[in-house]
Amino acid sequence: MEIKVLGTGCSRCKKLYEEAEKAIRQSGINASLIKVDRIEDIMAYKVLSTPALVINGEVKCAGKIPSASEIAGWLRSAREKG
Amino acid sequence: MLIAIGLIIWWIIYHNIGPFALWVTYGLFRVPVKSPLASSVEFFIFEAPKVMMLLALVVFGVGIVRSFFTPERTRRVLAGKRESVGNAMAALLGTVTPFCSCSAIPLFIGFVTTGVPLGVTFSFLISAPMVNEIALVLLFGLFGWRVAALYFGTGLMIAFASGWVIGRLRLEKYIEDWVYQTQMDAVNAPDEKLSWMDRIQFGWNAVKEIVGKVWIYVLLGIAVGAGIHGYVPENFMASIMGKGVWWSVPVAVILGIPMYSNAAGIIPVVQALLGKGAALGTVLAFMMSVIGLSLPETIILRKVLKPKLIFIFIGVVAVGIILVGYLFNMVL
Repeated sequence: MEIKVLGTGCSRCKKLYEEAEKAIRQSGINASLIKVDRIEDIMAYKVLSTPALVINGEVKCAGKIPSASEIAGWLRSAREKG
Repeated sequence: MLIAIGLIIWWIIYHNIGPFALWVTYGLFRVPVKSPLASSVEFFIFEAPKVMMLLALVVFGVGIVRSFFTPERTRRVLAGKRESVGNAMAALLGTVTPFCSCSAIPLFIGFVTTGVPLGVTFSFLISAPMVNEIALVLLFGLFGWRVAALYFGTGLMIAFASGWVIGRLRLEKYIEDWVYQTQMDAVNAPDEKLSWMDRIQFGWNAVKEIVGKVWIYVLLGIAVGAGIHGYVPENFMASIMGKGVWWSVPVAVILGIPMYSNAAGIIPVVQALLGKGAALGTVLAFMMSVIGLSLPETIILRKVLKPKLIFIFIGVVAVGIILVGYLFNMVL
């Protein structure tokens, strides 16, 4: 499972990263967490606002900061999808 | 239902701030009546809760309005629109679409590569940071609804006109090349259906986030204003920022360009300048210049715009603000 946090480094992007870390711990799912902060790489995901969260290549949300439990929920359904 | 109760409580508290301030100043602290200290203390105790409550209410309300708008929906509305209509809509949408300045680049690229004209995109990017509810609430709370309305109206006009002018100048070739190489034919934005509970949560989060960030600046601004209110005589000094000096407006605007502050942080400065005799119009123009144009922003934009376009952008908006500054001075 691969989680990417897209953001150029402002405080909201950092907050999203922290929430994602919490979510990984909460759900107990084995996942890698990568910060994508180069604008060219961020644009590859075609999002209109940052910060954004990508799980296994799918953009889950952009422009807002979901709670750790919300992210954990996405992680669980991503695992079920296999 | 809960909201109705909350609003009623808010209303009751709000309307009792005046009497409360008087009681605290004279009854509790026993400050001598008609002293400068009394004037300052009463001002502060009256204004601080009043402005903070207004701020919380408006941020909450605007937060709920914002939950109806997403950058993706705005983009869809603006794509392919003709210039003038597009500029007007972009300027308006800029005030209500949630926008964080770090999203400026993804948003810019997303807009221009999916059929939103360059000028229209600029109208959006100008109004979004400048015409924000924090500035409006603070101006309303401290200077009255006329000032706030004027700021709002002229801010939109600047966004509209600047974007329109930039569009007319046909500056598309000054966008960095790599931007157009980004394949944005389908923008990735999960379109969510929000329930009313979600929207209220959105508004509440906005209050926590924004008020949590700016409350100290607001209190500082009111404190400075309180000091001036009590201790500085009315027409202290029409200094270089007074109405009499014609070049004060352009100077103020140009000074403001490299400076950056959020809307709340500039209020202490505004209060202090007014206390020194600066004309309200000049000070408002300065405020617009500081909030709307900034060095950090141009550095960010440098990633997607060639220098010539950045200079033209700053130049056009600066001229717009200067004109508005003169207009303010005539009207206020």
